[in-house]
Amino acid sequence: MARSSVHIAALIAAGLACSASADELVPYKIVGDGIPQSLTGASGDAARGRALVLARTTTCILCHSGPFPETRFQGDLAPDLTGAGNRWSASQLRLRLVDAARFNPETIMPSYYRNDGLVRVGRSFSGKPILSAAEIEDIVTFLATLRD
Amino acid sequence: MTFWRAIATAILLVIGPGLLAGEIPADARRSGYSFMGPDTRAMQDDDTSNPGMLFVLDGETLWGRTMGDAGKACADCHGDARSSMKGVAARYPAFDKALARPVTLDQRINLCRANHQQATPLAYESRDLLALSAYVGHQSRGIPITAGGDPQLKPFVDQGRDLFMQREGQLNLACTNCHDDNYDKRLAGAPITQAQPTGYPLYRLEWQTLGSIERRLRSCMSGVRAQAYDYGSPELVALELYLMSRAHGLPMETPAVRP
Ligand code: HEC
Ligand code: HEC
Repeated sequence: MARSSVHIAALIAAGLACSASADELVPYKIVGDGIPQSLTGASGDAARGRALVLARTTTCILCHSGPFPETRFQGDLAPDLTGAGNRWSASQLRLRLVDAARFNPETIMPSYYRNDGLVRVGRSFSGKPILSAAEIEDIVTFLATLRD
Repeated sequence: MTFWRAIATAILLVIGPGLLAGEIPADARRSGYSFMGPDTRAMQDDDTSNPGMLFVLDGETLWGRTMGDAGKACADCHGDARSSMKGVAARYPAFDKALARPVTLDQRINLCRANHQQATPLAYESRDLLALSAYVGHQSRGIPITAGGDPQLKPFVDQGRDLFMQREGQLNLACTNCHDDNYDKRLAGAPITQAQPTGYPLYRLEWQTLGSIERRLRSCMSGVRAQAYDYGSPELVALELYLMSRAHGLPMETPAVRP
């Protein structure tokens, strides 16, 4: 009990320590319900993407669960990510990560590649997106491999 | 037209007076206690194992100690806290006529120090302030919360509600997204509660010490990567007031224990 709460505490506080490396957003084009073009012009690295999804500081695992047997603490505020690659194309996954509010204006899922229209952003995060373009691409590539 | 109006009226009737959409009805309100495991509950229930009781004992000593240039102790004005302070914390934050705004229990203690003891204010989260507020709060243990009923407080309760509903921070989340819409779910491994303010100041195992409700609110703000409001700021007071009015009827637990 005590051990797990210390762990959770660290995880919530960890939000403070890390921030994305990118400061300028690269321009992107929404086509239909997705962003077909890679933000970096290259394809991402699935292994790095998996590590990012599991990293507490990326925040996915706070809300989502998924096929990650090594991780005990997963969230249940959001759908399980198992099979996300069957349900969504890479283009749709990219837009979901960049700006989930495009699909559902009420969603609680943060927009990971946005730096405006936000309220009282903490000093060390202001003007920065949560993730860099390269991190988004790594995660998209990884999610596309989640097929059952 | 009338059809839709009938539906709207029906919905209002279901929600009931004074309750806005998304808020938790009185019979569904639950303290953070009910979300805890048996070990943490047992720690809170037994005064000999509840670490918050050490602060209550310190507070009792401070209550009787002469302080400041006026040479007075709290007890010189208020007598035995067990009777004079009974139920007081359940009514705070309360409207202060001279300041024309709500003040928290911590602020009231410092106002008494300044005005009646001629002593310097105690810093937020200092051991002495936590001890005094734990001692005063403890006198309300088991007493239902009534704070926020004073009509003069209405604009401040409304301000607190607006802040609770406002998305903020880099993660763009509002308090209501977790504590009204997703209680009973888990953020990573941690159960999300209704954010009921019943136990403050309380002992948090994560902190390894007693902490105020303002400390808790500030850590939720940092969690969504928002700029936390300063201790004692009007915004934190309004949020605390809103939370207390939202908890109407729940019994006080000070000093509670939380994971
Ligand atoms: C604060 C909560 C939260 C966080 C953090 C979060 N999500 Fe989500 N996510 C949701 C919710 C809720 C949905 C359901 C649809 C909606 O509301 O938009 C969702 C939907 C999704 C979907 C579509 C699910 C499906 O298969 O139907 C994917 C994929 C996804 N999220 C990936 C991620 C990734 C990757 C991250 C981290 C970079 C992340 N999410 C962070 C709440 C969150
Ligand atoms: C992303 C989710 C999330 C958001 C947003 C959030 N909190 Fe919390 N809050 C938590 C978690 C997790 C805890 C620790 C477990 C618990 O007590 O709910 C917590 C604890 C609390 C508690 C302590 C409850 C107790 O029993 O002692 C209060 C009060 C609280 N939050 C108020 C707020 C307020 C006010 C806001 C907005 C400024 C807010 N929270 C925003 C997740 C959140």
